[in-house]
Amino acid sequence: MSWETVIGLEIHVQLSTKSKLFSGGSTEFGAESNTHVDLIDMGLPGVLPVANKEAFYKAIRFGLATGANINQTSSFDRKNYFYPDLPKGYQITQMTQPIVEKGSIKIAVDDYEKEINITRAHLEEDAGKSIHDMFEGETGVDLNRAGTPLLEIVSEPEISSAKEAVAYFKAIRQLVTFLDICDGNMAQGSMRCDVNVSIKKSDDKELGTRAELKNINSFKFIEKAINFEIDRQIRLIENGECVVQETRLYDSEKNETRSMRSKEEANDYRYFPCPDLLPVIISDKELKEIKENLPELPEEKEIRYINEIGLDESEAKIISSSKTMANMFEAASSKTDDAKLVAKWLVGDISALLNKDNIDIDESNLSAENFGILIERISDGTISGKIAKSVLEEVWETASDVDEIIQSKGLVQIQDESILEDIAKKVIESNPNQVSAYKAGKDKLFGFFVGQIMKETQGKANPKAVNEILKDLLQ
Amino acid sequence: MISHKEISNKEVIQEVFSLINEYKDLNAFITLNEENSIKKAEELDNNPSDLPLAGIPIAQKDLFCTEGLRTTCGSNILNNFIPPYSATVIENLENAGCISVGKTNMDEFAMGSSNETSFFGNVKNPWGKDLVPGGSSGGAASAVAAGLVPAATGTDTGGSIRQPASLCGITGIKPTYGRVSRWGMIAFASSLDQAGPMARTAEDCAFLLNEMCSHDEKDTTSLDNDIPDFEENLNSSLKEKKIGIVKDLDLSSLNNDVVETYQNSLKEFESMGAQLIDISLPNISLSVPTYYVVAPAECSSNLSRFDGVKFGMRSEDAKDLEELYVKTRSEGFGDEVKRRILIGSYVLSAGYYDAYYKKAQQVRRLIKNDFDNAFKTIDVIMTPTTRGPAFKIGSKGDDPIQMYLEDLFTISANLAGLPAMSLPNGNIENKPIGLQIIGNFLDESTILNFAHMFQNETNWHMYTPEGIKQ
Repeated sequence: MSWETVIGLEIHVQLSTKSKLFSGGSTEFGAESNTHVDLIDMGLPGVLPVANKEAFYKAIRFGLATGANINQTSSFDRKNYFYPDLPKGYQITQMTQPIVEKGSIKIAVDDYEKEINITRAHLEEDAGKSIHDMFEGETGVDLNRAGTPLLEIVSEPEISSAKEAVAYFKAIRQLVTFLDICDGNMAQGSMRCDVNVSIKKSDDKELGTRAELKNINSFKFIEKAINFEIDRQIRLIENGECVVQETRLYDSEKNETRSMRSKEEANDYRYFPCPDLLPVIISDKELKEIKENLPELPEEKEIRYINEIGLDESEAKIISSSKTMANMFEAASSKTDDAKLVAKWLVGDISALLNKDNIDIDESNLSAENFGILIERISDGTISGKIAKSVLEEVWETASDVDEIIQSKGLVQIQDESILEDIAKKVIESNPNQVSAYKAGKDKLFGFFVGQIMKETQGKANPKAVNEILKDLLQ
Repeated sequence: MISHKEISNKEVIQEVFSLINEYKDLNAFITLNEENSIKKAEELDNNPSDLPLAGIPIAQKDLFCTEGLRTTCGSNILNNFIPPYSATVIENLENAGCISVGKTNMDEFAMGSSNETSFFGNVKNPWGKDLVPGGSSGGAASAVAAGLVPAATGTDTGGSIRQPASLCGITGIKPTYGRVSRWGMIAFASSLDQAGPMARTAEDCAFLLNEMCSHDEKDTTSLDNDIPDFEENLNSSLKEKKIGIVKDLDLSSLNNDVVETYQNSLKEFESMGAQLIDISLPNISLSVPTYYVVAPAECSSNLSRFDGVKFGMRSEDAKDLEELYVKTRSEGFGDEVKRRILIGSYVLSAGYYDAYYKKAQQVRRLIKNDFDNAFKTIDVIMTPTTRGPAFKIGSKGDDPIQMYLEDLFTISANLAGLPAMSLPNGNIENKPIGLQIIGNFLDESTILNFAHMFQNETNWHMYTPEGIKQ
């Protein structure tokens, strides 16, 4: 009898609003501790929350893009527990009437696709951070993050492997970045997830007891943590023991999960409707406006790239898979007539450089504008493809202007046939042996002459013109 | 109000502080704001202002945050708390020219009906030094009744303006929920709390209420409705106006004098042309139990922020986080506050939520519906404010239920969010007692009109305790 794995994910997505969910405090990342905190974020006595409509609009975009129900009346509840980085002693969240319910998203794993249902997506405020390593024997609290809007996306327990879980997380990340509701930055904690894992025998109707793995923030760790947890649970049951319902923490250094607290120790959060906030009502007009302004999604882009721009399917898929790549493609394409050339460079040389440096395109030195100019210089014959490669490498290192590099290094392609003919004649004169061998039928030597001319011109000769001139002269 | 054409603002303020000092044993104030107040009065003397309440000394309940001025909420846990901002109510009154002379004593976190739960000691009633002033706005009521200040702010979650107004013989109004911004009011039970003025007369209350009310974007429960001029209707005729008499309220358990006082007042209104109409509020008897589920539930959550981490007191000798919470909250809160946090945590806990909190919210809806039905045919509802006059300090100390029943008549207006006021309507054994008038949603004007007309015809509001200068 084989084991079946049942996984559900709760993904916390930090929404990219300017201000916090219930205050005017800034949500900017990386500021000095406790500088982006206003009276409300501190939970001072007497302060009251006011809901940020922008966060609702962003949540609704997610709902619409996943074909979900949008609750035009949604409300807030309090989740009560004590922790130093939770200033009010409760978190304001949406328990009973979440803004988004019942959506779904398609994931692709190796050779198959699958639809994962989304139970709900609700708004809540993030907590601050406890800092344990800054002060000897004391804990610091940084409230900059406190009150940042989160969209908690809860999947149905329909994910069957660690790989599917990663694919699901990637699909959500792709979607929220395309929707422009989250920057998708995992390293800064803009997306974090809790994973519920249980196992059961294939023909069991009921789900097994689950363990919840807390706060994992990289694709790699999700996969490792889940695989460790599946093994652990199978071992337990095969040894005749039981899986207990508990919260477990994944230790990436040891690659193991360990118990944080059991069900008995779990908080009773004493949820109840937040009396400080009236239900938030989204009008038909607001909903219509959000619908009309919904950004183009990856699948739509892919189809457009193939049908309207004429890209290959594989190129279209790669470029539309990431928001930053698609942005670069569209910006550079607008600077040139040759969109297919843009695609070729993105999928080829630029992807190779990105992989080498392991960065995202918006972290590179290449701006869409500079890239557009590079493509333009190739298509108007100013530089050859080969020269363009070295220009790209220079831009990659220094972020210099493409035209400046071409000018300062004298990389403009030699097009003038009389100049090229003079050089070709010189090359033929100084290599009589090779000329006779070529004329005797050693065709391969043609490349030798091209090479010599390129050497003389430091690669700036227009290869097409060189070919024609040589053919003439060597007849 | 006070017309001070002949004396300077500074002299008025100085007189206020000399009275406060003279009647210090009333313990009506926790913190005084003397230096600032005198400075403000001097500024007014130098640059006379035509603001509606220019120079009026006012006592602020110590539950409103006042920027730079200690705000304790009557609790040890906020003993050292100096807010960096002011409540909207404070700003509104000061922008209208009021001078905030100090912060009045109160039951801890407004939980109490006798002012005996204050960390800063109980307040005395100027009508008898062994009597409670009522609560939780006991310091405010005592200060106004003793003539220390002409006006004070209070807050009312289950009767905390009306009950002390009744026991101290002054006039106080709790407006419709949402009329006055809660921004900067330290929350007890957010869905019930409402601030209002306490003064000698209904007319004074109208002046004050005009300035206190505002639509505030910082409080999403604050109402966006037009705010009328509350003075405008004060003198309207009561002819043909209809007073609802709640036949479901059993007055037989009350002292005969209380019932007689109440009935005399009703006759007074009849003589002004008003009609008495029997009405039914079938669920009103459920008000007290409903309140004692909803209010503690909200308070148990609202008071979680007092944990010793960010502001207020922190226990000195805690060894770890758990101990920091336990010791800070054990030392910082008094018994009544702890009792309500316990009740509140219990009614919200998994497995009990449906039976208590959810049920209470349903009953609350029924009570509100009862009022809505009743107000289809009447203009106001009248009841006694309290079951009797001021009781002796310590006399109900060990029986929280007896204390909770103090609010029998007042609580339903909070549950339904309706405006309600108390005004003096008699004296029993030289102790004042009040009449409650409950109005329809947003209809403060009508209850102020009834109260003002009553005060035109009677002089119960002019009675002052013996030995108090006026």
